[in-house]
Amino acid sequence: MENETILEVKEKDGLLIHQGVIRVPYTWAAGAVASKFYAGLRNGKIYGVRCPTCRMVLVPPKKTCHRCFEELKEWVEVSHEGTLQTFTVVHYHEPELHPLKAPFAYGIIKLDGADTGMTHLIAEADLKGLKEGMRVKAVFREKPGGNYLDIKYFKPVKGEK
Amino acid sequence: MERIAVVGVGQTKYERGKTKNFAELVYEVTRKALDDAGMELSDIDNVVTTTNDFFDGRTIACMPIAEAAGSYGRDATNVEGDGTLSAFYGLMRTLSGVYNTTLVTSHCKVSEGAPRKLFNQAFDPIYDRLLGMDAISSSALQARAYMHRFGITEQQCAKVSVKNHGNAKNNPYAHAALDITVEDVMKSPMLAEPIKRLDTSPISDGACAIILATEDKAKKTAKKPVWIKGVAHCTDAYRLGERDLTRSLPLETAARKAYQMAGIKDPSRDIHVAEVYDAFSYMELMWYEGLGFCGPGEGGKLIDSGATQMGGRLPVNPSGGVLSAHSVQVAGLARIAEAVLQLRGEGGKRQVPGAKTALAHGITGICAQTHCVWVLSN
Repeated sequence: MENETILEVKEKDGLLIHQGVIRVPYTWAAGAVASKFYAGLRNGKIYGVRCPTCRMVLVPPKKTCHRCFEELKEWVEVSHEGTLQTFTVVHYHEPELHPLKAPFAYGIIKLDGADTGMTHLIAEADLKGLKEGMRVKAVFREKPGGNYLDIKYFKPVKGEK
Repeated sequence: MERIAVVGVGQTKYERGKTKNFAELVYEVTRKALDDAGMELSDIDNVVTTTNDFFDGRTIACMPIAEAAGSYGRDATNVEGDGTLSAFYGLMRTLSGVYNTTLVTSHCKVSEGAPRKLFNQAFDPIYDRLLGMDAISSSALQARAYMHRFGITEQQCAKVSVKNHGNAKNNPYAHAALDITVEDVMKSPMLAEPIKRLDTSPISDGACAIILATEDKAKKTAKKPVWIKGVAHCTDAYRLGERDLTRSLPLETAARKAYQMAGIKDPSRDIHVAEVYDAFSYMELMWYEGLGFCGPGEGGKLIDSGATQMGGRLPVNPSGGVLSAHSVQVAGLARIAEAVLQLRGEGGKRQVPGAKTALAHGITGICAQTHCVWVLSN
C-alpha cells in the first residue's frame, strides 16, 4: 500500500491543514446465505428465506430473523416481479458512488412471494411517472459478478407507464 | 432510579471547516463543562468519549483525544454512535456505584471527510452498498414513504426548516441561522425527491461535553442541577426493506419507556420544550408522532398549528436543532446540553419561559435505526 498519509499541506487562518487519502484494501466474506443468494441470481432465480416462527419470507436472505431470532434455513424462490413500495429520484451527482448517472431512481421493491422489501435501482422508466404500488421487474446482468448488481435494476413491467 | 443530574455542559460554536483539531475541540468543551459545573478535573471519576473512526480518519480514534477529556490515569471508555448513547452509558456508569461523576464528550468534524462516501460505508458491503446510497438518498426513501402514507406535504416539511433555521438566530452556537420562507425551501435545488437543499442539515464541525453526577455530588456544584427523570433507547431492524419506514416503532418504544420512568402521562402537556434530532426536515414531523406530541400521521397538522414554534404550546428545537448545526456524533449530546440550558433558565434569546420538563432525543444509523430519548427536569 502506498503511503498517502499526507499529500498536501494547506493553510487556513495562519494554521496548517494536512490533506491526504485513506485507501485500505479489504476482503469481506459473503457468508453462506449471501453466497447461495448470488448463486441463485447466476441461474436467474431470486431466493429468500422463510422464518419458521413468524413465516415471513425475507429477500434478500439473511442468517437470522431479527424479530424471532430463529436461524433461517428454509429457502424459497420468489418472483422476478414485485411492487414498488417507495422510491426517490436522485438529482445530484456522485460519480464515484452512483452506478447510474443522475437523474435516476432508488426504490424499495417487495417481490411477489416476499414479505420484506429489497432496496434497488429503478431504470428503463419514466422517472416522472413512478408511483407507489406500480409493478416492476428485475433485469439481470448478462455476466453475473456475484454481487448485488447481478440484478442490474428493476424496470416497470409492460403496461405500466 | 437513584437521582443523577447533569451538572455541567459545554459546546463549541458549530461551523464548517474549523481549524481546531479533534483534541483541541474536546479540550475546549471539557474545560467549558468543568467551569460550568464549578469543578476541577480531580472531581471527575471517569470519562466516556464518543468517536467514529471513519469520521476521524484514523483507527482507535478515541485514544488520542481521550487525554483532552482528562483521561490520563482514569477509567476512560468510548462509544461509537450518537452522543445521547454515550450519555446513556455515562449514566449507567454513574449509577453503578463505582463512580460519582462522569464526563461525557463528543466531537466530530464532518467537513474533513467526504460525508456522502463515509455514509455509504454504513450500508452492507455484501449487499446494497454497491447501490451508492448515502444519508440523503436513503432518507428520501423514508421521507416519501412517510409523506405518502399520511398525506404530509413538502410545504409542511419546509415549515420545519423555516422554523428551525429561524430559531438558530437566537443560538450563538448554531451554524446555519437563516431568514427563509417556505417558498425559499420549495425553490431550493432538488437533491433526492422529496428532499431539497434547504430540507437538509449543514456539514458542521464541533464538540460538546456534559458532566453527570450523583445527588450528593450534584448538590455541591456551581449550577442548579438538572435531574434525569427518564431515559430509554431502542433499535429497529437494520435493513430499510424490513422496517415500517412510515412510523418509527423504536422511537415509540423508547419514548414510552422514558415517559413511564419519568411519570409523563401526556407528553404534549407535560413536556415544556423538546430538542429533537432533525437531520432532515421531514424527520422532525415523524419524531413528533413517535414522541407522542401528536397522533400517527398528524405531524404535518402539528407544525401547521404553530404549537412547536417559539411561543407555542410545545416549542421544538429552540436552538435551531440539527437542521441548523449537524456535527453528526455531537448532535444528540448537544440536544441534552440545550435541554439543560433551558431548564436552568440560561437559554438567553432562545429560552422557553418557565420550562420545567425538557426532552432531548438522539438517533444513529441509516434512517434513524436507533433512537434515544431523555426526559430532564429542574
